[in-house]
Amino acid sequence: MKFKTFAAFVGPSVFMMLLFIAAPLVSVFIQSFQVTQPILEQVEVETCTPGFLTQTCTTEIKTVPILDENGKMITETQWVGLQSYRNVLQMDKFWAAVGNGSWNQIMQIDFWKALRFTLSFTLLTLPLVIGVGLAIALAVNNATRSIRGPIIFISLLPFIITPVIGSLSIYWLFVGDGILTTMMERWTGTNISMFAQAWTIELLMYFYRVWHVAPFAFVIFYAGLQTVNMDTLESAVIDGASRWERLRHVIVPHLMPLIIFIALIHLMDCYRVFDEIVGFRSQAHVISLQWLTFDFMTPDDAGNRAMSRASASSMLTMIGIVILLILPLRRTWRDHKGSAH
Amino acid sequence: MSTPKAMQQPLVLRLSSGTFLAIWCLLAAFPIFWIAVMSFKSPVDAFADSAWDVILGPATRAGGDGLSVLDVIFGLVVLYFAIRWAFTRLPGWVRHYCPPGLIALGWLVGALVYAIAFVLIFLGLLPMILGALNGILGPLGTPVLGMTTEHYVAVWAENEFYRNFLNSMLVTAGVVTISLTVGTLAGYGLARSGSDLAFWLLIVALVFRALPHSVLVAGYLPVFINSSEILAPIFGEGAPTLYGQPWAVIAVLVSINQPFTIWMLRSFFQNIPAELDEAARVDGCSHFQAFRRVIMPVMWPGVITTGLFSFLLGYNDFLVTALLLDAQNQTMVPAIAGYFNRETTTTDQVEAVAAAVSITAPLFLLVMVFQRQIVSGLTAGAVKG
Repeated sequence: MKFKTFAAFVGPSVFMMLLFIAAPLVSVFIQSFQVTQPILEQVEVETCTPGFLTQTCTTEIKTVPILDENGKMITETQWVGLQSYRNVLQMDKFWAAVGNGSWNQIMQIDFWKALRFTLSFTLLTLPLVIGVGLAIALAVNNATRSIRGPIIFISLLPFIITPVIGSLSIYWLFVGDGILTTMMERWTGTNISMFAQAWTIELLMYFYRVWHVAPFAFVIFYAGLQTVNMDTLESAVIDGASRWERLRHVIVPHLMPLIIFIALIHLMDCYRVFDEIVGFRSQAHVISLQWLTFDFMTPDDAGNRAMSRASASSMLTMIGIVILLILPLRRTWRDHKGSAH
Repeated sequence: MSTPKAMQQPLVLRLSSGTFLAIWCLLAAFPIFWIAVMSFKSPVDAFADSAWDVILGPATRAGGDGLSVLDVIFGLVVLYFAIRWAFTRLPGWVRHYCPPGLIALGWLVGALVYAIAFVLIFLGLLPMILGALNGILGPLGTPVLGMTTEHYVAVWAENEFYRNFLNSMLVTAGVVTISLTVGTLAGYGLARSGSDLAFWLLIVALVFRALPHSVLVAGYLPVFINSSEILAPIFGEGAPTLYGQPWAVIAVLVSINQPFTIWMLRSFFQNIPAELDEAARVDGCSHFQAFRRVIMPVMWPGVITTGLFSFLLGYNDFLVTALLLDAQNQTMVPAIAGYFNRETTTTDQVEAVAAAVSITAPLFLLVMVFQRQIVSGLTAGAVKG
């Protein structure tokens, strides 16, 4: 295929990605070093209230934004260097907390709290998703052919349900005196509220994520299991390999590329954890990096959006995802090099 | 297929794997099933302590809304045949009445007619007949199962949820159409070009896929809000404010979805033998003609599968639509967030549940109809990497 035809085919797609992905990245990068504020001026205001004999007048100095002829606030954009990053990272408090050796104080700072949750969420759910997915795939592979269809149908439901709704549906089971909370209270005899402290919410979030993603791993592993080489399996049986050894030495190596694929996708998706925070309404206890950016961008009561801080925190989020992806990408590059020669 | 004797499994293993599957199916379906049950009960029942009360709904029944044994049996029978005929009879009818060439349109019309007929019979005709029968039959006709649709009526009619539904449909339809049009072209180009450039494009797309969406939205938001000033030099007075415009959101979602779409379509196009378009080229077609006349007729399975995933992305999105759309143009998923922000009474809560079930129902239908395509799409992405 000539370059011109190739360009004509991929042109629209590349154009959209440049305009809506690459360009925003650059603009976020620039924004993160700027602060846009309304220009303020100080004016002396004399307010008079009617009084007996004479009016009571007070003069005070007020700070008000300058308006242009349309009545809009005039804003000015300043270069502030790393100021926004400092506001997000709060390094002085961070080092003070490290100096005290106090983990709790570090966790008081939003960014570090979000980073801690995002990382532990990503890394803890990864083995669970792969394990549960593999277990379901093996069990379905064992089951009679006729019930496989309905099982796949039911398994797909958690995967395609809207993430916010999925986490809400679990939230409603546990909220207040939801039936599952009541059941647990009956078993333990203590009063349980699942949404009053951070660690129970986190547990539910881990559960939700595994529930949501395991079907995806299951379907892929299941497809992979159909292509396991039967001859290798049989020779393993003849060599006296136990069931566990066959799984460990024949099936898992066969599925290894798929495991890596799922791990990669899972890393990308989990690092963006966001919908759970909305669904479980956990912002008071548990927040994630993407939620932090979202929160900066949501207008506050005065209608202002903290765009420069949002940009800084999203750049920091980016750095994290680049670090996570370096290893897999180097691997792909080496494979490409290898296949070229 | 008979398994060799050495591969046969001991009973204990078969039992434990069966139990595990049963538990998994229960876990997978239970939360969704449960919110569906809750949405039909009065607030007292929906948040009752005992699970039995939630299912039977005594308070709902006391309120005068209940189903008798007869209602339940008849309802289930009608439901069963409706679903069964949708899969066995409906395809035949569509093929029979539809002019050849317009089969896609025929399916749309057929499904719509079928859905309307079902609603008319299930919600219109059936209650009338059963109401008469219940009066005659005595004990069989007394209500035992509390069930009310008042929350759905409240959500859809009073709270105007249908506006959000229409917005959702608009955004989703736009996302699917545009991302498939742009994506098939790019996917085909990438699949047929072995150059380094194509490889790098795919890698960059992979990195783009990993980006958290909030990063991108942080880039759009200031530009979108001030776009009428920024675009004024080009478009003059009529320059639009992009913030709150559904089509701006469609463009954003399409672009966010592009990396995934082109990866997936590329792997589908790689499965179409290159000899096919080479033969067309030998016969004197240009690349575009070959694509138009030879590839397009055989690419539909892959396109449908990719379209399903684009649909899911557009339909399920919360972050982009919540930040870039204003209240008038809000789609369903962010709108439900509005419900639980003002959720003060239990009635509000059950209405939120009913809204959540309303959002889930189309997805449920989607899996029912397209299960095979979804599975093949998931595996195609994985096997090709």
